[in-house]
Amino acid sequence: MLRTREDLQAFQGQQADLMQKEAAETRAKILVGMGTCGIAAGAQEVYDAILDELKKLNIEDVAVAQTGCIGFCAQEPLAEVILPGSKKVLYGQIDAEKAREIVVQHIEGGKPVSEWAVNGRGRFPGDVETDDEILDYDQVPFFRTQLRIALRNCGVINPESLGEYVVRDGYQSLAKVLTDMTPADVIEVIKKSGLRGRGGGGFPTGVKWEFAFNQPKGQKYIVCNADEGDPGAFMDRSILEGDPHSVVEGMAIGAYAIGADRGYIYCRAEYPIAVRRLNLAIAQAKEQGLLGENILGTGFSFDLEVRLGAGAFVCGEETALLASIEGERGEPRLRPPYPAVSGLWGKPTIINNVETFANVAPIIGRGADWFNSIGSENSKGTKVFALAGEINNIGLAEIPMGTTLREVIFDIGGGIPAGKSFKGAQTGGPSGGCIPAEYLDTPIDYDNLAKLGTIMGSGGLIIMAEDTCMVDLARFFLDFTQEESCGKCPPCRVGTTVMLDTLDKIVAGKGEEGDLETLQELGENIKAASLCGLGQTAPNPVLSTMRYFRDEYVEHVYDKKCRSGVCAALFQYYIIPDLCKRCGICAKKCPVQCISGDRNTPYVIDQDLCIKCGVCMESCPFDAIIKQ
Amino acid sequence: MGTCNCKTAWDELHEVIEAYRGQESALIEVLHRAQEIMGYLPRDVQEAVAEGLNVPLNKVYGVVSFYHHFSVEPKGKYQIAVCYGTACYVKGAPAVVSALEEKLGIKAGETTEDGKFSLAAVRCLGACSLAPVMTINQKAYGMMDGDKAVEVLQQYE
Ligand SMILES: Cc1cc2nc3c(=O)[nH]c(=O)nc-3n(C[C@H](O)[C@H](O)[C@H](O)COP(=O)(O)O)c2cc1C
Repeated sequence: MLRTREDLQAFQGQQADLMQKEAAETRAKILVGMGTCGIAAGAQEVYDAILDELKKLNIEDVAVAQTGCIGFCAQEPLAEVILPGSKKVLYGQIDAEKAREIVVQHIEGGKPVSEWAVNGRGRFPGDVETDDEILDYDQVPFFRTQLRIALRNCGVINPESLGEYVVRDGYQSLAKVLTDMTPADVIEVIKKSGLRGRGGGGFPTGVKWEFAFNQPKGQKYIVCNADEGDPGAFMDRSILEGDPHSVVEGMAIGAYAIGADRGYIYCRAEYPIAVRRLNLAIAQAKEQGLLGENILGTGFSFDLEVRLGAGAFVCGEETALLASIEGERGEPRLRPPYPAVSGLWGKPTIINNVETFANVAPIIGRGADWFNSIGSENSKGTKVFALAGEINNIGLAEIPMGTTLREVIFDIGGGIPAGKSFKGAQTGGPSGGCIPAEYLDTPIDYDNLAKLGTIMGSGGLIIMAEDTCMVDLARFFLDFTQEESCGKCPPCRVGTTVMLDTLDKIVAGKGEEGDLETLQELGENIKAASLCGLGQTAPNPVLSTMRYFRDEYVEHVYDKKCRSGVCAALFQYYIIPDLCKRCGICAKKCPVQCISGDRNTPYVIDQDLCIKCGVCMESCPFDAIIKQ
Repeated sequence: MGTCNCKTAWDELHEVIEAYRGQESALIEVLHRAQEIMGYLPRDVQEAVAEGLNVPLNKVYGVVSFYHHFSVEPKGKYQIAVCYGTACYVKGAPAVVSALEEKLGIKAGETTEDGKFSLAAVRCLGACSLAPVMTINQKAYGMMDGDKAVEVLQQYE
């Protein structure tokens, strides 16, 4: 139990000694990335194989540990081998067999298997020229331009170890505010740092805290929004899984600043590993007296609890989220009053996003000026993006604000998979919009993205290639928001349904004159008239794709064509007679027997019967079948 | 060891309810636990929860029907979930769903007549690097397409 700031200092020293002792007694350390993606890709099997192989070889002086998401998700399962005195080696896409081989060659033999190393020379285009077979991480394009503040511990520490968090200065910022700073000082630092909410809206965090601070003394709450509803975004999950204490510490600092003694973390039920690690972190912090009564003997008390979501996107909206914590249907309500004035059970409540909280301790520790020096004019610090979709290096990219989209997609992200070309990037998920190729050089920050008609969002960045149909994608997002509309206010409930019907009609080849105008007008009305952010932003994906890809909409409606070959009603499979070698494979593979022909006559597809499954095109050895 | 597994699901449910007796705001928490224990939330379970937490049954039902996670119908022994997040969608989740629908003879959201499989297109699972992703009773399968998904099913027949 840590009773004073000095106790925490001593604990840090003692834990550091322990780690040093472990390092001295072992010849190597192996870390396996065990976030959700890692485990789904087979990290547990890799972990077990490493232990088993070590045992077989009678090696006892190697430490094997788990860590959170290392961030290079496309390379999962990932394992890092650390030998004292040599560069760390990060192995990617390994399986049990490769893991055993790594133990034999690298641990036992002392020689890295550089062709499996993510930081092996020549592994990715664009790394540096050097004679070394193994590169430093910051020489690898994926890591080079990243600056990890919110992700500082992800993939570095064991998320289930309080000690490892503390060794890396964990809870020092909490100790500092509790002993050296008044709540008003804390708010001043956060305001000065320029930190803005990372959950989508980008509201200045310090200003928000000040609202709650200025409310009369009494019961107040602090809440972490870990609902991460944007489909295709996984930044918050990675932080919760990889560094849960950073969120706990950020919340405790916030609680001190506004005068709250209770907090809730509202986490999606779809993230079981995150929930487990959060609960563990809270229990550890309580046990050591970093949460609970009279923290570090300062008289400040703060208790924290995890609450589970139950699968409703609208619960990411703050007023709906609060209703859900109270055990109600997650329906939003009109603001004002803002939660900072009247939130949980009518008491002043601050809600911030996971990543927002993860930034708090470093700001307190290193100062407002340090944070303020990173980023662009009105957007300070970094932003974590979850790169996904048609991109080579799927993973987490934490970049200084103001980095261009091109750098993120082509340097960090490694570009678009071979043979395809970049079409657009979606930010902000179902509440956001797309950015076409001509704006690739725009520096990413809150203001620039707003100018382009999209939003920063919470950090989902989905990359689309030429075979993504923008009309279908807009329909996908609207289908999502329409289903997730809670139904409380008619503009959102009815409006999104009508928009979706119209889009359904268009992708089914039944679009007519006036449909595009209807979409535009309805979209603008829904934005203006809806009760909460869900409805106010639901039309964005449609409006934004209509703005940048209007010709695709026009083709769908008037020419009945889908150039990307996605909307089944708007294209046909066609066998080019001159290329057809009459082998008959397509006819054999066709599940509905709609292809006919023989040795003497080229094969043809009966368009009336064709179900557009595409099996024929895949099976043709001569590329004689096209989609048009 | 030596513990007896004779405790029924209902006993377990009552224990959970007792632990939260009268705590109205724990409703969602308790429903989560109840669904874990019972598999789904039929009327009698909802009634027990309503009585225990001292909330009207219509409120319990209102909450159950509001959240996607809660189900009033029994699910299959093997619950297949195809992720319908954006990354999975862009990379071909719809084809995975239709292949499974065809194979199982049910639509997404339904359960096969023998109670063996239920199929759902679900919200983002956050494992975007493995897109398209499918899970069967929590075990994840990545980089799916229609054929591969049907192949995976075979392990569960
Ligand atoms: C429909 C909807 C969904 C939202 N989903 C999330 C979410 O998943 N995570 C999040 O942090 N904020 C989400 N927000 C934003 C929250 O309402 C709120 O602004 C945010 O949690 C405030 O935290 P911040 O200031 O740290 O960004 C959502 C808003 C709307 C309207």
